[in-house]
Amino acid sequence: MVDKIVCDIVNVCDLLSVQSLNLWFGEKHILKDICMNTPCKKLTAIIGPSGCGKSTLIRCFNRMNDLIPETKIKGKILIDGIDIYSGKMDIYELRMKVGMVFQKPNPFPKSILDNVMFGLKIQGKLNKGQMIEKVEKSLRDAWLWDEVKDRLHDNAFSLSGGQQQRLCIARALATDPEIILLDEPTSALDPQSTAKIEDLLVELKNNVTIIQVTHNIAQAARISDYIAFIYLGELVEFGLTEKLVTTPKDKRTEAYLTGKFG
Amino acid sequence: MTSNPNKARGIKRRINQGFWLALLRLAILISLLFLVVFLVMIFAKGGKVLSLSFLLQAPKEGMTAGGIFPAILGTLCLTILTLILALPLGVFAAIYLSEYAKTSHFVNIIRTAINTLAGVPSIVFGLFGLAVFVNMFKFGVSMLSGSLTLAILILPIIINASEEAIKTVPDSFREAAYALGATKRQTITKIVFPAALPNILTGAIISVGRAAGETAPILFTAATFYTRKLPTSVMDEVMALPYHIYALMTEGTAPKQQVPIAYGTSVVLLLLVLSVNLIAIIIRYRMRKRKKW
Repeated sequence: MVDKIVCDIVNVCDLLSVQSLNLWFGEKHILKDICMNTPCKKLTAIIGPSGCGKSTLIRCFNRMNDLIPETKIKGKILIDGIDIYSGKMDIYELRMKVGMVFQKPNPFPKSILDNVMFGLKIQGKLNKGQMIEKVEKSLRDAWLWDEVKDRLHDNAFSLSGGQQQRLCIARALATDPEIILLDEPTSALDPQSTAKIEDLLVELKNNVTIIQVTHNIAQAARISDYIAFIYLGELVEFGLTEKLVTTPKDKRTEAYLTGKFG
Repeated sequence: MTSNPNKARGIKRRINQGFWLALLRLAILISLLFLVVFLVMIFAKGGKVLSLSFLLQAPKEGMTAGGIFPAILGTLCLTILTLILALPLGVFAAIYLSEYAKTSHFVNIIRTAINTLAGVPSIVFGLFGLAVFVNMFKFGVSMLSGSLTLAILILPIIINASEEAIKTVPDSFREAAYALGATKRQTITKIVFPAALPNILTGAIISVGRAAGETAPILFTAATFYTRKLPTSVMDEVMALPYHIYALMTEGTAPKQQVPIAYGTSVVLLLLVLSVNLIAIIIRYRMRKRKKW
């Protein structure tokens, strides 16, 4: 069944394509034979109960799992047609192309300006003036500019939680990534900040592909174009949000959506 | 029937409690008493000779008059040179241990070796410095030999403090840097190290206090009883505050004049070390207030 759904979407675009991905932490089989194609410039939500492997899955897309010892991966992940686990892929280039925002806002203990500039400095392609322009653009894109333009040199920790998370989004946007991964980006935030970030993500997807992990089904239904439902390490169902939410094909999906487990 | 033994037990318990508390209070009282008597004695005996000229003049008339300026300067130079030698080494070692070394038998041996080094009596370091730096490397009795010896002495303190400081930097910072495409080296030099720096510096400053006060390591390696010359290079032998006290008390020929000078020197050394520690406390306090992770 999964194959059929995947085929529907291949036609849209295949910016990121996951092919029979298996992942183990030591002896534990975390991800089991996952196949999916993520459409370009859309918001894909990955949902599922805690511990189902959804965070582990998106951490494969920028190879953050490499940092965990005893991780074993089989299968392919293609981005722009290149297998990111092959020798051809430079891991540091990959992470600039595939940005990431974490569950808890994690700005660096530096100024707002330095936070956004960090990725650019590492890239080392732009001169100082260009970098500052880019910082402004990223902060505008993350809807933070008006709130911080007079205090760019203040420490990032002086911002509120919601502002910090938007700063982290701006920091990820600065290096012009093609894909942005968000790992439950609003779970540590209050409802107002959450609403603002949801609206922001809807706008951002015009320019960048967004893959978001969430445990909040309502949020996934509100803002995503596609939903992938993962259960016990398997991709149970993947499809257009309105279809999957209203008429799930798999019983497990239906059970999860109606709150029978999770 | 049952109320009587219960009551008795209650009284016994209360007496026990009271005795216990009294014991603890006594321990605090005695400790405080020692500290107060210590400070009063040192300041009473040494305070008399303290003056601006005592701080700024060289000893005169066969060490029976004048000041201790060369010793102050010598101690400052020794300490600074020690820090220059030990701080980078210690910090790099700590970075290796906390960020690169995987937990293995080998690393455990390194850690044990470092901690053992910290427990070696300082006079042993002094003899080692004499054998290796003074004689083998032919640095002679000099600031360089003394500082190298002191550097080995404070290296474990710096390594341990730096390692602790690096460990307290949250992993979320490292993750964020890696996710932006930073290499391990960039993550460490641009994020982890700056975040750990305040705590590393606190450790370094405390070790400076230790280095400034040590006598035994410089006894055979750097210190001299009396020199008219102020140090002009790292190959010069120097006067130093702790050794000056030792020398006045053991080799002096006019104890009537020299003992007060020794106490005065103690006061200066004490104030120097206390103010260095105070700086460390202030830095730590400020950083704790600013730190929000």
